[in-house]
Amino acid sequence: MSTFESFAAAIANPDLPPPRGLSSVAGANDPLRFAVYRNNVHVSLVSALLKGFPVVAALVGEPFFKAMARAYVAENRPRSPVLLHYGDGFAAFIASFPPAQKLAYLPDVARLEYAWRQAYHAADRPPLTLAHLSGIPSETLPEQSFAPHPAAALIASSSPIGAIWSAHQQTPPAPLDTGAAQSVLVTRPHHEVRLTVLPPHDYAFARALLDGASIGDAAARNEAPEFDPGTALVGLIGAGAFASPETAQ
Amino acid sequence: MAHRYNTLPASAGVGLKPEHYREILADRPALGFFEVHAENYMGAGGPPHRYLEAIAEHYPLSLHGVGLSIGGEGPLDPTHLARLRHLIDTYRPASFSEHLAWSSHGSEYLNDLLPLPYTAESLDRICGHVDTVQSALGVPMLLENPSTYVLFEDSTIDEIEFLAAIAERTGCGLLLDVNNVMVSSVNHGWDPVAYIDRFPVDRVGELHLAGYDETQDSAGARLLIDAHGSAVRPDVFRLFEHTLARTGPRPTLVEWDNDIPDFPTLLNEARLAQQVVDRVADATPKAAE
Repeated sequence: MSTFESFAAAIANPDLPPPRGLSSVAGANDPLRFAVYRNNVHVSLVSALLKGFPVVAALVGEPFFKAMARAYVAENRPRSPVLLHYGDGFAAFIASFPPAQKLAYLPDVARLEYAWRQAYHAADRPPLTLAHLSGIPSETLPEQSFAPHPAAALIASSSPIGAIWSAHQQTPPAPLDTGAAQSVLVTRPHHEVRLTVLPPHDYAFARALLDGASIGDAAARNEAPEFDPGTALVGLIGAGAFASPETAQ
Repeated sequence: MAHRYNTLPASAGVGLKPEHYREILADRPALGFFEVHAENYMGAGGPPHRYLEAIAEHYPLSLHGVGLSIGGEGPLDPTHLARLRHLIDTYRPASFSEHLAWSSHGSEYLNDLLPLPYTAESLDRICGHVDTVQSALGVPMLLENPSTYVLFEDSTIDEIEFLAAIAERTGCGLLLDVNNVMVSSVNHGWDPVAYIDRFPVDRVGELHLAGYDETQDSAGARLLIDAHGSAVRPDVFRLFEHTLARTGPRPTLVEWDNDIPDFPTLLNEARLAQQVVDRVADATPKAAE
């Protein structure tokens, strides 16, 4: 094992002694000195998760969050120095983390926060506008499909994740006004990330359109009597879900 | 002489933090430059780029990488070099700097600046890496002296000789982090003033200042931690003044990356650093140009 290899292995595994070949001014290979590096790596990654998932942290409290994040970090170290995307597997990890089992909403809140962060850093692209839509001849509308905007994401949940997220944008959090399942559309039509709670009957339509289905096919996925494809489409376009075709590359 | 390596003004700057974007654009405080961690601007788009673009219209930028792993064992990551090149082409920073440290091993990124043994072999490898960086990025770079908590039995070259040899062989400049000098000196029983006095100051394109934390090792010896989470300590300010007396005025960054304070507090740290720069400038003959 090279010096670097054993150093990296001992950082990853706290049960290993410091790598051989280290010394200090007193001569000894002092485990407390090596522990500074191990601690820096773990603490900085836990902080990165804390910064990336503030609502999850507020929901469970910082001590619980840090213990959960430490467990995630131990199994999932970054593969890239660009930490903007670190934590992509955190929601799935929370879902399988035994102490969080009773908090059914928690993984979905984590997915929403990850989508928010990805939307914040997504490529700049003008959104499709209602003016584009009115330029499409009505007889060809059913065949029309749209490219999703680079920032767009749709998170479905059986919990009121939109309301939970909104309540935590202030300190102390506002009281929750709903317990209903919510699907949340994440967009960044211009500069600010926006969350839109979709009417429940619009989800299948929105999902299909964002996955590239035509308007006709997407509308056919939805059989709810109160569903109106025109209203749903106008709502999605207004939120900035699709990219303007004029700048398509 | 410093202007071989960058075009930053020889005055105080601070690290750019998202928490301060709006205040900076609204108030346009008098500051020499802003330094950004390159990796935080490697997203495809969005508000960080919009703010950085706006701030770069009013201030010189220093691009400071923390993830290239120049001191590492393996080859440099070409994807990461391409990301850096893209940032340099986009923002035309007045300076690019990185660390004498490693952070990637195999496919893992360890998110800390880790130490390395100073040997003939590691010297050759790092010189090769610095050559690669400078040709891939098309600009000269500054290499920063590390803060360290351990030494290596294998090391055969003294840290200053090691840095001087890299600069000599690759033509790169050096970033002298005065807080790192204090941290490593206390941790390894070196004399910080002697470190500064032996440092090849004609290669120094920028200085860094930051706050350290303090703990103890197993033997009860003082162990300083390069924490970047507090004001610059008085002993580091004194060492900074001693450094400037040797280097002459240099671009000087105040780093504060954890427990980020409000902007006035950070600005005040920069003003304290600027006062020292001004004092030294007044005492330095104009020939220092």
